[in-house]
Amino acid sequence: MTDTTPQKSVLKRVAAVPSLLGGAPQWVKVPLILLVLSFCVYLPFLNILPFAYIRTDLRPNGSDWSTVLFTIALYMIVAVGLNVVIGWAGLLDLGYVGFYAVGAYSIALFGSPASPVTKAIAAQFGLPEGWSMAFAACIPLAICIALIAGVILGAPTLRLRGDYLAIVTMGFGEIIRIVMRNSTWTGGPAGIIAVPEPPAADEDFFNTIDVHRWYWLALAVLVILIWLMRRLEHSRVGRAWLAIREDEDAAAVMGVNAFKYKLWAFAIGASLGAIAGLLFASKQAYVEPNGFQLNLSFLFVAMVVIGGSGNIWGALFGAFLITYLPERFREFESWRPLAFGVALVAIMVLRPQGLFPNRRRARELEDRKHEAEEAAADA
Amino acid sequence: MDFTNLIEGLAGFTVDGLTKGSIYALVALGYTLVYGVLRLINFAHSEVFMVGAWTVLGVYTAVGAHSGVGVWLAIGITLLAGLVAALVSAGTALVVERVAYRPLRNKNAPPLIVLITAIGCSLVLVEIFGHALRVFFGAPFGRSAVNIPTVVPTREVFTIGNFNMSNIDLIVILAAVGMMVALDLFVNKSRLGRGVRAVAQDPDTASLMGVNKNNVIMLVFIIGGVAAGLAALLHTMKYDFAKFDMGFLIGIKAFTAAVLGGIGNLRGALVGGLLLGVCEVYSSALISSNWEDVTAFVILVVVLMFRPTGILGESLGKARA
Repeated sequence: MTDTTPQKSVLKRVAAVPSLLGGAPQWVKVPLILLVLSFCVYLPFLNILPFAYIRTDLRPNGSDWSTVLFTIALYMIVAVGLNVVIGWAGLLDLGYVGFYAVGAYSIALFGSPASPVTKAIAAQFGLPEGWSMAFAACIPLAICIALIAGVILGAPTLRLRGDYLAIVTMGFGEIIRIVMRNSTWTGGPAGIIAVPEPPAADEDFFNTIDVHRWYWLALAVLVILIWLMRRLEHSRVGRAWLAIREDEDAAAVMGVNAFKYKLWAFAIGASLGAIAGLLFASKQAYVEPNGFQLNLSFLFVAMVVIGGSGNIWGALFGAFLITYLPERFREFESWRPLAFGVALVAIMVLRPQGLFPNRRRARELEDRKHEAEEAAADA
Repeated sequence: MDFTNLIEGLAGFTVDGLTKGSIYALVALGYTLVYGVLRLINFAHSEVFMVGAWTVLGVYTAVGAHSGVGVWLAIGITLLAGLVAALVSAGTALVVERVAYRPLRNKNAPPLIVLITAIGCSLVLVEIFGHALRVFFGAPFGRSAVNIPTVVPTREVFTIGNFNMSNIDLIVILAAVGMMVALDLFVNKSRLGRGVRAVAQDPDTASLMGVNKNNVIMLVFIIGGVAAGLAALLHTMKYDFAKFDMGFLIGIKAFTAAVLGGIGNLRGALVGGLLLGVCEVYSSALISSNWEDVTAFVILVVVLMFRPTGILGESLGKARA
């Protein structure tokens, strides 16, 4: 094995940093996390020259830096959610955009005074013109709807072989979009306008000009979700996922209810996707069915898989790469899907564990490879 | 629900559905064969079909085909286009197998990983026709649909009541059914076909018995590619266009057809394809064509819920758990 090429060892060393930190004493960890967080908060204003080259708005046609940061944070939320499904539970969900759309449409349908649903509710109960549900009420609602969608979709398919799940979820992603497009209660192809922004003490705090405030919001949500998911990873549920992924039969023999935990993973992933969709719709202020094309699902899968599925930091890095690079190098933007395709194939063939793998998962893949080699040697 | 519309045009809708279904069945063949042998959903297969459609366009352009050519010339051009499309599609399928699947098979990678590579391949092929070729060669490549000249003009062959059977529908259905019968005979009667069935049942034992597994796998990809190329020819005869993303919907419907009939089962692919095509056309006549694409997905989910082995069961890999 030629594992000791210098490039690979560098990657390995970088990948080991987060886990090294896990063993570091508290007085190193806490300031370091605070430092990284404050740097992230400061990012929109980054203007010191050598570092400012990472900004995307240096060139005349460059995209707005804060908007790009917001999108990165948003897609990082998506990647954290999809990582639960793909990375931890080992289920390939190709319709993640469906849950993203469910989240976006939940807030639009119930939160926007212009949506047919709120109008119907207002007419039914004699509420005043322009009534809509409060933003805070829409959040649990969106999560609930996504959870239910996840369970409805997962219950019939999770009992089957894994590859059927991929196709069914892909179909689901498309069905959601077609339903949104063809139904009158979702505003049809035109979508819904006047999606509300989060409430703030200052009426105009979240507006279209100060996009960095949206970025901070997304960042805060992201940090909370990362913390939650890390707690989950090391909990009983997380260990059950790991056992199922490694060997479902063995896990079942040890008393792990595989179906139940897979459904959990699916539903939790769905609700995280919905949270991201909700943020997206709120920032966008409108939703339309064409914003939820299937390509987006492939993009999400690419983020998790390229970064290293099973490792939150890997998924975050994947989301960053896939969102940031095309924005920074706009001249190559139209090559983006092709580049994803090539990257997906190349990484899966050369480094199936991803750039920054979960160490356990990398070992699983190594094991399988050795088994194959032994089998070949026997034959 | 518009039942009168459906009843009045029942014969026409049925034939329309059978035509659609024949094309699904031919594409489903590729999924079903590869699945039967490798237990792998060849996600890039829909793109093999798309490549076939572009090849047909290429052949027509190269020979300068148009709708005014004589009968024999039209037949000749169509056969030539079918041959070239079958070859190119088979070649594409082989390349995908060599680049994306074989290295992973040697590493014994989990199915999830193979599926992701397949998606990657599919993206690459789509983008080659949707973007890369346009950058280098300009039109007709790119994101918009391209019209393919009709070489065989539509004529009515016979009339029953208020229904006219067109020659195109007849050709498509007959060609697809003929191809399926030929393939069924090939797999069940010939020596090579026996190899395919052996590998599908138990790859290790088959290798011990002297079947070259890799050759069988290549053969399966070639057959699938040929079928997809012919399906592309029939599709262009009926719908006369090529588009970079035309494979996606047909692919997912063909996969549904394969699952419906029983994945890994050749006859199942035919039954599933025809049934799905008819269901789709009926549903679009009953409700609205906007919802046509949803039918396939709903059928897929319902089949997976109640009878995941499909109507005819999974026969190619019967001996495997």
